[in-house]
Amino acid sequence: MSMLEDRVRASLLAARRWHGAEIAFWLLALAVFWLFPRNLLLLNEIAILALFALSLDLILGFAGIVSLGHAAFLGLGAYAAGLLAKHGIGDPLVGLAFAMVVSGLAGLLASPLIVKGNDLTRLMVTLGVALILHEIANSWGSLTGGADGLQGIAINPVLGLFSFDLFGKTAYLYSLSVLFVLFLVARRMMNSPFGLSLRAIRDNSLRAAASGVPPSQRLALIYTIAASYAGAAGALIAQTSQFVSLDVLDFHRSADVMLVLIIGGPGYLYGGMIGAIVFKFLQDTISAFTPQYWMFWIGLFLVLFVLRGRTLIHGGVKLIMFRLPARVRGKRS
Amino acid sequence: MSAVLQTNALVKTFGGIMATDRIDFTLEKGARHALIGPNGAGKTTFVNLLTGVLQPTSGTVVLNGEDITQLSRESRVKRGMARTFQINQLFSTMTPLAMIALVTSERLGYGVRAFSKLDHDRRVIEETAAILAQFRLEDIMDNSIASLPYGKQRQVEIAAAFAAQPSVLLLDEPAAGVPEAERRELLNIVGSLPSDVSVLLIEHDMDIIFRFATRITVLVNGRVLADGDPTIIARDPAVRAAYLGEVSHA
Repeated sequence: MSMLEDRVRASLLAARRWHGAEIAFWLLALAVFWLFPRNLLLLNEIAILALFALSLDLILGFAGIVSLGHAAFLGLGAYAAGLLAKHGIGDPLVGLAFAMVVSGLAGLLASPLIVKGNDLTRLMVTLGVALILHEIANSWGSLTGGADGLQGIAINPVLGLFSFDLFGKTAYLYSLSVLFVLFLVARRMMNSPFGLSLRAIRDNSLRAAASGVPPSQRLALIYTIAASYAGAAGALIAQTSQFVSLDVLDFHRSADVMLVLIIGGPGYLYGGMIGAIVFKFLQDTISAFTPQYWMFWIGLFLVLFVLRGRTLIHGGVKLIMFRLPARVRGKRS
Repeated sequence: MSAVLQTNALVKTFGGIMATDRIDFTLEKGARHALIGPNGAGKTTFVNLLTGVLQPTSGTVVLNGEDITQLSRESRVKRGMARTFQINQLFSTMTPLAMIALVTSERLGYGVRAFSKLDHDRRVIEETAAILAQFRLEDIMDNSIASLPYGKQRQVEIAAAFAAQPSVLLLDEPAAGVPEAERRELLNIVGSLPSDVSVLLIEHDMDIIFRFATRITVLVNGRVLADGDPTIIARDPAVRAAYLGEVSHA
């Protein structure tokens, strides 16, 4: 191999190499299980929200598809897993897989409406699809329980060994494991030729097509995958709370996940996770001293954050994750 | 010589405006063919019809003997037609290396491989390195494309088109807007493109045209005004009149 080929290979490898900060992040995510044993229910919610935000990151951060109705797939996954368990198949992993398939299929069916449009039509179509599903779930009470919610969900122990408990021990470890595995898959995909082609479409769809990338096909594929990820997050909600309400399809879910991703920063896979931690922490802290008005403070924070703080926080995160490790490596060599 | 690219009675209308008026055009194998014409002559519309950005109102486009009129943009690239744009169309968040690797991996049909690693693929590495060397981009291959000077971005644009290994390369004003200092390197690159690639050069700059072109087609008001050898075209009174804005519409 020539020297230039070696350099090309090294650069391609560097783009997907694990950084120390990433490993630290996941070790910390595991360590909080022992560090904060009283907050496991909240941590479980964070892990689920992080997975939901990761799903949005795949379409928004990597492929440039905006969505105001991503809760459609979250809710569909939650109902799919919930209904399966209610009707006798209580194994959580089977339920998870089923929810991913159902939501993925819904994503595939919806994708023709998404891939051709511009940002405005995408916002409206995604919003419309979520509203339709919400109304179907509301009206089809015999199946979904309607406004009373889906009750009578019984979930078996994970792998036949770990029962779900009241403190959220199993729930957190289960959700974190699912998040981690799906993150690994997403990380691998985004660093593959497929992931590169998505970034090309996001950056410049005209040039992407002129480079041989079929934009519609690739966008349909990532939309389907992202929908199944959202379905997995929905399944985790249903399984760890053993209850599904109409809330999973509510507009605020779609809006929250967008905020979460914007707080954490789209397009580098960790944005959804960091955003979920900040968002849930803010929600928890603010609602503790002002339960009725926490939305006011969240709103104010977001306005200030988007106007000023975003570059500051994202700059800090990128410094820790990418520049410092590079400097340390530079000093070593 | 044989034709690699042909259009037959190609027409494109926008409302009542005839932007492309029954153009019969032939690009010979290995040609250095310039497409010229005053502003608004329909040059870019014609290129957009060739590449599938626009669909013609009527007529056909034939590439290497195959009717590609109904094919998508990306299918035409896969069949050997690549282009650059008049205004740079690049992946601003990528590096030149990533952009060339992307085009190469798409050409090899790897685009749907969601789990393979680019740095493990020998062909992607070899071809990417070869293109980077050929277009003198080795020193800046890891820089962000957005941070590059305009002339270098132009080079990346041409390199990315060439990485698709086209049989027909459409260069839309490759030197437009490039500062004088970077122009020479760019023109050398255009001049050293392999002779088996047929090049259609859309250009305003007469120096560049007469330096490269072995054949010239003149478009005026969406129609072919003249077509032939550069020395004959240069002397053609109708062409001179068109460039001076005195063309008769009669």
